[in-house]
Amino acid sequence: MGALQVKKESKKYDAVIVGSGAGGGMAAYVLANAGLKVCLIEAGPNYDPAIHSSQLKNPWESPRRGASTKFRPFGDFDGCFWGWQIDGEPYTMKEGSDKWDWWRARMIGGRTNHWGRISLRFGPKDFKRRSIDGLGDDWPIGYEDVKPYYDKIDKLIGVFGSNEGLPNDPDGIFLPPPKPRLHELMIKKTATGMGIPVIPSRLSILTKPINKERGACFYCAQCGRSCKVYGDFSSSSVLVKPAVLTGNIDVITNAMAREVLTNAEGLATGVSFIKKDDGMEYQVSGRVVILAASTCETARLLLNSKSTRHPNGLANDSNVVGKYLHDSTGAAIGGVLPQLFGRKRYNEDGVGGMHVYTPWWLDNKKLDFPRGYHIEYWGGMSQPAYGFGFGMQGLNGQYQINGKTKPAGGYGASLKEDVRFFYGAGVGMAGRGEAVPNINNYCEIDPNVVDKYGIPVLRFHTKHSDYEIKQAKHMKETFKEILHNMGAVITWGGDDTAANNYGLSNPGNIIHEAGTVRMGSDTKTSALNKWSQAHDCKTLFCVDGSQFVSQADKNITWTILALSMRTSEYIIEEMKKQNL
Amino acid sequence: MDRRKSIKTLLIGAAGTGVLVEACKQSDKQEVITSGTASVSADRMQEEKDYLTKLESGPQFFSADEMKVIALLSDIIMPKDAVSGSATEAKVPEFIEFIVKDMPEHQTPIRGGLRWLEMQSFKQFNQSFADVTDQQRIQLVDQIAYPEKAAPDMKQGVSFFNLMRDLVTTGFYTSEMGVKDLGYMGNVPNQWNGVPEDVLKQYGYAYSERELKECVSYDKAAG
Repeated sequence: MGALQVKKESKKYDAVIVGSGAGGGMAAYVLANAGLKVCLIEAGPNYDPAIHSSQLKNPWESPRRGASTKFRPFGDFDGCFWGWQIDGEPYTMKEGSDKWDWWRARMIGGRTNHWGRISLRFGPKDFKRRSIDGLGDDWPIGYEDVKPYYDKIDKLIGVFGSNEGLPNDPDGIFLPPPKPRLHELMIKKTATGMGIPVIPSRLSILTKPINKERGACFYCAQCGRSCKVYGDFSSSSVLVKPAVLTGNIDVITNAMAREVLTNAEGLATGVSFIKKDDGMEYQVSGRVVILAASTCETARLLLNSKSTRHPNGLANDSNVVGKYLHDSTGAAIGGVLPQLFGRKRYNEDGVGGMHVYTPWWLDNKKLDFPRGYHIEYWGGMSQPAYGFGFGMQGLNGQYQINGKTKPAGGYGASLKEDVRFFYGAGVGMAGRGEAVPNINNYCEIDPNVVDKYGIPVLRFHTKHSDYEIKQAKHMKETFKEILHNMGAVITWGGDDTAANNYGLSNPGNIIHEAGTVRMGSDTKTSALNKWSQAHDCKTLFCVDGSQFVSQADKNITWTILALSMRTSEYIIEEMKKQNL
Repeated sequence: MDRRKSIKTLLIGAAGTGVLVEACKQSDKQEVITSGTASVSADRMQEEKDYLTKLESGPQFFSADEMKVIALLSDIIMPKDAVSGSATEAKVPEFIEFIVKDMPEHQTPIRGGLRWLEMQSFKQFNQSFADVTDQQRIQLVDQIAYPEKAAPDMKQGVSFFNLMRDLVTTGFYTSEMGVKDLGYMGNVPNQWNGVPEDVLKQYGYAYSERELKECVSYDKAAG
């Protein structure tokens, strides 16, 4: 290594944004379209689904038949670079912590290239949970503050669904949903009969074209690979690409942010980063700095940005940065539907993911846990991939196959018959619930460990409470009842007990982490104000999941987009008023 | 453009080649025309390319003798039948050679299992598994292919055969031949119009009035 030099970019930007996922992409889109000069820093390479997606590839086009690698934990065709681990970028666990699972993407668009497109608005109650059950905290804003932005985003990005008039699952401006698949009709009939609502899912997938830049969905079920015709929402294709076309934005890829730079008054003035391509250190400056590096990376950046004015890290006078880290709860179960054995073949790919889902339907006052969950469903005749047909010896001895009883296991033409017989009969469901944010669940800077760029890494301390465990128990009991009532035979996830927290996923595993730089009215207990602006640094904004006070029983992306748009418009207004 | 008639979407292909996808529902025809062979490595990160090169340029894991037995077992597990060809025709042994390099946790169970099988073959027939008769081979396989019926001292063989059954089945049914055998009809541009009428009838289901009114539907008769 030669003598270290820091290159300062001479161009001064109006805004420097770190991260190009939902939050950063939206900020870039809004600010660039308003004529502001923007610098967007992304830790990974460029990615354009039209060019890079593995959509419509067949399993044999992957030497590992679509199996996962550490580079693509959701499979060889998945649209996300990296995941549960990144070479040279460790993180650690504090003693006594449950295992925290941390998914990190490194690419333009971030995780939005492969996400489930489940696009749920928070409801009025979701912003005021403390007022309802005394736990956690209320947001400093309410549904009425965010609704106009949900409306705009529905129109700008597109989402299908149905208006149901539900009190806490607000209606939207929806494209028509796809008709349910066969197993979804079965689920709907059974669950509805038990008083559990099953309604069209709400996914940001275009069942109708909404503009000339994006094609409509052609039903390949592969949203996880990202869409070559931009028929679903990825920040790369829907936000970053059009933002670049304005000519107002410079995108710096393969650039790992090191810290936020501040001046003598403690105001954020820019960002320092290392370019992976040449290993050099750079600094770029802007009137405001907007962090959207993902919930934990944003907290890490702030905690690593220490100065005389901010000895505790930037935006951290309250000492809450990194704290209240929480993820959706998750528990799942699966089985087979004997009535679908030997079923007729047809193309039932549909959109990527479920066509129906269950929003939270019960009253927590009558339950022994405080927050709700929604249910996601899957099943049917999907594209085979690595793992297909595994464990046949656990299945083929249990049922008559085309009228014959066979011993478990076997081989030969008889085994081929079995595989065909069972194909497409699988069914499963998973709960995604709201955890109660807790000050004892946090990430902090590990005092001993740095990554390969010399940046101090995060150390996690997270633990599930009884609230989440009891919720998982309720999920499993409900799922078993639904499966039982529809005549399914449970093949996995049915034997959970208190000993394994009823199959509750590790915190972080559901990849909906939020809360580390939360907003609030009280500067002592929150880091940001209601405009996602740091209480102690007016030129610093956080527009990803870090700003969340609580995350509802809803996936958080749609709210990240809405809040980022709202904050971006605020920044434009404040700049006009010369306040920034 | 009348969407009900056709969807024509210009896609930019993997290596910058134009890919025209045409889904023409009223004639129920789907066509994908590509002007170049999509490279498997087209959308790989540099780290993935390096890793794949390392796997593919490295030494073979299995010896020629081991590969011979893997091929024999593959075709016992997935033989040619009235519907489709055999595992070796679907290049399943090549898939197994690759996958043990990609997933090293399979290496010892398979290598050890092959040797276990070889020793059983010598014990029972005084010959290598590759050299015994077809009938003797099946006689040996029958002792490890049925977990619930296997003798206690055959359990290690059962574990090995379970793993081979998994890998051969998955390798076969993710090959072009296997996917066709299975009858998976997706992975093509189309317009989802709901469950086919005859299938709805077979299972006693019907779409509700609201579903028919509010869900997206494509008029097959139009155009």
